[in-house]
Amino acid sequence: MASPESRLRITSRDNVTLVEFMDRNILDEMNVQAIGEEIGALVEGASRPRMLISFANVDHLTSAALGALITVRNKVKAKNGELKLADIDPQIHEVFEITRLTGLFDIHPTSQDAMKSFA
Amino acid sequence: MSDAHRRFHDVVTLHRNRGEIERLSDAILAAAERCGFTKASRFAIRLAFEEAVTNAFHHGHAHLPGEPIEVEYEVAPEQVSMSVTDRGPGFRPEDVPDPTLEENLANPNGRGLMLMRTYMSAVFFNERGNRVTMIYRRPGA
Repeated sequence: MASPESRLRITSRDNVTLVEFMDRNILDEMNVQAIGEEIGALVEGASRPRMLISFANVDHLTSAALGALITVRNKVKAKNGELKLADIDPQIHEVFEITRLTGLFDIHPTSQDAMKSFA
Repeated sequence: MSDAHRRFHDVVTLHRNRGEIERLSDAILAAAERCGFTKASRFAIRLAFEEAVTNAFHHGHAHLPGEPIEVEYEVAPEQVSMSVTDRGPGFRPEDVPDPTLEENLANPNGRGLMLMRTYMSAVFFNERGNRVTMIYRRPGA
């Protein structure tokens, strides 16, 4: 459950936890840390997490946000779970490409595509 | 009045406060827009600014909480330059590992400098390593 200060919208569908961001910019180091911890807690609370993170509302992010995502990915992997990313703006997708994180994450064009790909 | 020949210059003392950082970022981006920089250029400028400021506070001032940093910028039609100076001991950029190497991909840290270098036309440090200067030249200029 999201806390009252949460900057995330968290819903569940077909045993998949869908995480959406309420802010257009994921920049601030402190906010990024809080977001990472909140998503991390969701992962830790599941025996085998199945998670989809949608960037539909996001215009901008920084390396701090990438770091938080990688930490989430590492936690999901440690539990043999599935993590997918979707709805990434082309400029942000370019950041994933430049950092070669397209090879680390399972990225789909849309949330619908990502939902269909869960095992 | 056209802004085609205008230059926007300022030197700002910046505290680790999101409101202050956003106001400065907004001022630089507004000047860049008035000088005709595209949305894609402003994305690059904003990313590099955020990474440099984060590095200054997070690494440069790791042991100096509460100390401000200094940001100097100049926005002109042909280029944007930004210098970020912290009061820390400095660092050696060549010691930062390449985050795109296979063995570093799953490491959550160490991508800020690489992104600055990728998105900016030029990035250089002073000898002490506590000031970074970033130049973004207008594409095609």
